[in-house]
Amino acid sequence: MSLFNFHKDTFKHGIHPPESKEETRGLPIRQFPFSPLIILPMEQHIGAPSQVLVREGQEVQRGQLLAKAGGYVSVPLHAPVSGTVRKIANVPTISGKMSPGIYLEAFPFSTQEVKEGKPIDPDTATPEEILQGIQDAGIVGLGGAAFPTHVKLKVPDGKTCETLIINGVECEPYLTTDHRVMLEQEEDIFTGIKYLLKVTGAKQAIIGIEANKKDAAAHLEKHLPKDLPIAVKVLPVKYPQGAEKMLITAILGREVPSKKLPIEVGVVVVNVATTAEIGRLLPHGRGIQERVITISGPGVKKKGNYLIPVGTPLRFVLEQVGVEEDVCEVYMGGPMMGMAVSNLDISIVKGTSGILVFTRKEVSLNTKTYPCIKCGACVDACPILLNPSQMGILAKFGAYEEMASDFNLMDCFECGSCSYVCPSHIPLVQYFRLAKRAVRKKEALQKEKVNA
Amino acid sequence: MLKKTLHISSSPHIFKGHTTDQIMKNVVWALLPVVFYSVYAFGWNALLVIATATLGSVITEHVLCRLSKKETTIADYSAVITGILLGLTLPPAFPLWMAFVGGALGIALGKYIFGGLGYNVFNPALVARAVLQAAFPVAITTWHPAFLPDRFSEVASSVLALPLMQPQYDVISGATPLSAFKFEGYTTPASELAFGLVSGSAGETCAVIIILGGIYLIARNMMNWRIPAAVLLSAFLLSGALYLVNSELYPSPVFMLFSGGLMLGAVFMATDMVSSPITPLGLWIYGAIIGVLTIVIRVWGGLPEGVMYSILLANAISPQIDRLIKNRVYGTTPKMKAV
Repeated sequence: MSLFNFHKDTFKHGIHPPESKEETRGLPIRQFPFSPLIILPMEQHIGAPSQVLVREGQEVQRGQLLAKAGGYVSVPLHAPVSGTVRKIANVPTISGKMSPGIYLEAFPFSTQEVKEGKPIDPDTATPEEILQGIQDAGIVGLGGAAFPTHVKLKVPDGKTCETLIINGVECEPYLTTDHRVMLEQEEDIFTGIKYLLKVTGAKQAIIGIEANKKDAAAHLEKHLPKDLPIAVKVLPVKYPQGAEKMLITAILGREVPSKKLPIEVGVVVVNVATTAEIGRLLPHGRGIQERVITISGPGVKKKGNYLIPVGTPLRFVLEQVGVEEDVCEVYMGGPMMGMAVSNLDISIVKGTSGILVFTRKEVSLNTKTYPCIKCGACVDACPILLNPSQMGILAKFGAYEEMASDFNLMDCFECGSCSYVCPSHIPLVQYFRLAKRAVRKKEALQKEKVNA
Repeated sequence: MLKKTLHISSSPHIFKGHTTDQIMKNVVWALLPVVFYSVYAFGWNALLVIATATLGSVITEHVLCRLSKKETTIADYSAVITGILLGLTLPPAFPLWMAFVGGALGIALGKYIFGGLGYNVFNPALVARAVLQAAFPVAITTWHPAFLPDRFSEVASSVLALPLMQPQYDVISGATPLSAFKFEGYTTPASELAFGLVSGSAGETCAVIIILGGIYLIARNMMNWRIPAAVLLSAFLLSGALYLVNSELYPSPVFMLFSGGLMLGAVFMATDMVSSPITPLGLWIYGAIIGVLTIVIRVWGGLPEGVMYSILLANAISPQIDRLIKNRVYGTTPKMKAV
């Protein structure tokens, strides 16, 4: 087969949605005003929720630990502002569920100086110390998944990591946070890579960047430190290249086996903003307090890339940037995989990479769904070569198990390419989310039964 | 202004834009030049036949939707396509009542009985034609010469035959190039075929316009190029091989490609998305089956033309092709699966 497998710096299939990045790509990162009230859910990441350490009425300093990690797959939470803990109670989250959290009232005239912790020196620290430092800094994947980074970086026994891939693809339309981070925070990125190389034991680091950010690639190339084995790789623009598996295939031509992690092919992938955060925080022993977020979309007046404290309520953010009269939908994340917000009282979390506002014009409220005409557009779009058409028909009949056993349902990572191209507007990826959840639930039940 | 309730929906929040009814509409646009040319070549007869077949399809679709208490689906244009395609496969002097019955049966038996758009096993237009061929074998093989001088002043009496009456033919019927070849051993020059200067069914005349329509749809990403490519390539290769073996006995591959309904079938009928496979390899196999079968029927079969039966047969096999030919999923190794 290898004879026909010409490696062309990209992966198979995928789509080309309009990039819509023009309006914010040239805008430098700006500090966002502090909100008088900060709302911090304890579930900002995948894994166990953080555990509250402070009590109501307590005064905290910016950068102080508010909650500790709730286990290995969990991270602590630091105070994004200096202020008073007003209440410890349930807070609204984007899923619509209430979750335990902290309401923090910022001091109105504080200088908001940041408390420092135990610094970690990239040259002398052991890999274990660095991993601990990454967890202590509360770092999770800032690309959107919010998976605790120290867990991902831990190379399992018996496996080796050859290549560290830094993900600067940012394939979601509208988003330009990683683009700005690469243009403005190259020192932090390189320091971060230094830590990451040490932790993973990788021999080289490759920064993958799509060709619509050539300026960022050139900028990093120019400032590459001589003492580190780092290369910059420009890739053709295609969605969903920012997905780990797609990026690995695009850069190295290797496929990550089904249901396995990238380490299976000797790779660890880390988002570029996460890398910059590691490089910025660890030398000072600080924790995450804020992150860069693109605020864009046709409904936003002051579009831009802003440095916003974690926990800032969405309502405050939108009031500051100003939105059009006929706001219809607000998304957290990109338009392809981001979630629609039902309640403006939720707050910015560590995984929020963008806030998009669409007006009435951009949202089709009454999209007619036609039957599947088997045009094959979804089959030609799916980056992992599934058959969404057939799975969509099965999903309609609730044949979830057949989808999993015969059609590799569980390999779907919900990029939404199938729904994007479907001329019949069948909510394919929505079906698959539902189906995956049902299959997981059933598997968990079976496991319980076996154990009992 | 921020107090207003927000609309929520599941991601993705942006869409590519062309919808199923737009695809169907574009197929109709691509078919219209073919219709115009066949009216130009055969006069009012062809126009009446195509219009009546279309009317039969659309009315039937509407009535069936209403009878089953569903919203009518004629707005998706798929019934229009069925009607036009059927009209194009009929002889230009075909009785109108038969064309109407054909259009109605195509929708009822070819599509609606399976559940409507998206569920049909066979191309509805070809189902209709197969039924008509079985029911009215004489009418459907009585051809009409192209470019008659009176084609815009008179309508053939056969066209206006009363329902359930046998049509009377008053014009000298012309043999199609394929029947001329099959029964008389005469090969029509390819240049005449390409521009439709021959007798035949309304739509199997001008290959050039059909190809242009196909290119339009392929360019707009509304047709899978692999199907016409596979059909024409396989037909060309097989008939070419035969021609090399014995050029006295077998016609040239160019004649095979441009004669009869092969071009119309390859571009507009075999490409019906619903009744064709979905994977690239599956599409090649499906197309090759049609191309090879067509040549086999033409050369060794009892009929002068075999496009219709080839496509219907390939339609029937297409679900099996989809079951056997699957894309290799990312991160898996190919494995044989029990069917």
